[in-house]
Parts: sequence; C-alpha cells; structure tokens
Amino acid sequence: MHELSIVANLFEILEEKVREKRGTKIFSVKLQVGALAGVVPEFLVTAFDIYKKDTIASEAELEIKEVPLKVQCKDCHKVMVKDDFIFICDHCGSTNLKTLEGTEMILEKMDIEI
Amino acid sequence: MTKKEVLVLEDLLGSNKKIATDIRKKLSQKGILTVNLMSSPGAGKTTLLESIAERLTPDHKMAVIEGDIETERDADRIRAKGIPAWQIITGGACHLEAKMIGKLFPEIPPDLDFLFIENVGNLVCPASYDLGENIRCVLLSTPEGDDKPKKYPKAFTTSDWLIITKADLVPLLPFDIGQAVKEAKDINPSLKVFSVSALKGKGVEELVGQLISTLKKLRKDNA
Repeated sequence: MHELSIVANLFEILEEKVREKRGTKIFSVKLQVGALAGVVPEFLVTAFDIYKKDTIASEAELEIKEVPLKVQCKDCHKVMVKDDFIFICDHCGSTNLKTLEGTEMILEKMDIEI
Repeated sequence: MTKKEVLVLEDLLGSNKKIATDIRKKLSQKGILTVNLMSSPGAGKTTLLESIAERLTPDHKMAVIEGDIETERDADRIRAKGIPAWQIITGGACHLEAKMIGKLFPEIPPDLDFLFIENVGNLVCPASYDLGENIRCVLLSTPEGDDKPKKYPKAFTTSDWLIITKADLVPLLPFDIGQAVKEAKDINPSLKVFSVSALKGKGVEELVGQLISTLKKLRKDNA
C-alpha cells in the first residue's frame, strides 16, 4: 500500500505545474497507470481523495486510464497485449520480448482554472 | 477566469528514478556493486546476508543498509558479524525510496566492494522503487509456496536474480522448486535463479561466486 506515497509525489508535480501556469484551481487530473505498474488504481483514487483536502485540487476528480501490458516479440516482431503477464510470444513461442507499455505511471494532463 | 487543459506527461516516480540513477552512477564509478534484496517478511534476507558475509569477508569489503518499519535488530545482527550497517527505520512506510539511500551517501566508505540494501519485508511496494542498485534480487522462501511469482508479478518481473531460500525444507513441504522457477521464468525469462539454505550454508558459495564475477564485470565495464 504505497499509493499514498505516490499520490504525495503526484501533488508535488501538480503544485509545481499549476504554479508555472499561474493557475488558481485544479478541476480534474488524468493518470495513465500500467497493468504492471504495481499499484491498485482504486487505492490511488482513495488516496487522492484523502490527500486533496485543503489543497488547490480540493474539488478535483482523479481519472485513471488503465494501460494493458503491451509487448513486442524481438524474433517475429509481432505486437501483442499480455493480460496474464506471461512473457512468451503468442505467435512464435519466443521468450525474447520487449515491453512497449504497461509498466508506467504517468500524469497525463490536468484541467485547471487560470 | 478560464478553464484550460494542460498536458503534462510526467512520470509519477520520476524524482525517485532521478535520484536512483545518480546513486547508481556514483557507486558504480567507485567500483561498488549495489544489491537490493526484496522479499516478504521472514523469507531470510538477514540470514542470507549473514551467510554471505562469512564467505565474502575478509577478502572483500561489504556494508549493509537495513530497511525496517521498526527496530535496529537487523542492523545489530549484521554488525555482530563485523560488517558496517546502517538501519533505516521507516516508521510505518512499507518500502525504501532512493532519497533515503541518498541521505546515507556521505557515510558510505568509498573503498567498499559490495553494498547490500535489505528492503522492508514486503513483496509488493518495494518493487516500484529503484534504489540505485546494480542487481535487484527477489527472495522466495520455500514455506511461502511455489505459486507466489504470478501472484506478485512486479517483484519478479523487475528482478535480475531470484534466490529460493530455505531450500533444505523442501522435503517437508509441498514446494516444487521446478514449478516455482517455471512460474518466475514465465513472467521474467531472463531471471537468474539460485537455490540456497543460508543456515546450512548450501548454495551460498555459488551465489557469492556470482556476486564476485558481477563485481569484476562492473569494474571492467567502468575501466
């Protein structure tokens, strides 16, 4: 349960970006969270709702776009989604796979009042 | 007063990654191999470190950073072996972060060969935090069961080495080493696997041999 630590990092970035843009309020925040990011999206939302009180984002909603694990086979070059996280190519059986996305945890965008 | 959409595209763990990258660069340049040990509580991280210390020293110099929610117990056990150890008490936090290692940086002797970081016992949260290590190890003790890799994929997919501990208990347990290795390799085919019994000293020699050859490679790559 390190979601609260991650939300604390999120607020550091949010506050810095809002300051840069001379914003006064955050309406909404959107994250991209990979299936293999190692966090539970629902817990991020809960942690966000606890943390946001008395901040510039006190009325903001957190939206999370879940990103499935996408890999590319380095042998047959096919791209596939791996919901089971098993690193074996569905097409040629190779274990020589490259992760394209699905491990990330990114602040994509925010709507703010300027 | 207008509403504006601001595109950010910033990694939420970016600040941790930046500190970790800096730690890895500085320690590698000094010729120090840094190893991050992760596992559930009680898998045998400290016992393994005691057993490694008996074999690595005095030919090599090692030190240990211990992460725990409470107590100095683990650092005391390592110090009892004559090994420098620092205890990070997280006071409730379930993982170590790179900035905690960064704070200790001035105290780390520059003539070390190996720096081990024993993470907080937890198979979930530590996996998200790069600490600046060269080698990430996940320990799986036989009483935990051979079905853990797929249940805790992040710890196993981000690790370089899997160390199966308490291997001497296999005859007493429904633990199939082949199955555990298959589970782990399905989700991380490049994982290097070791099987040890730290209390009996079995398999530790091979692990220590691998540590020494990895250190030599690090120094050769730096030369």
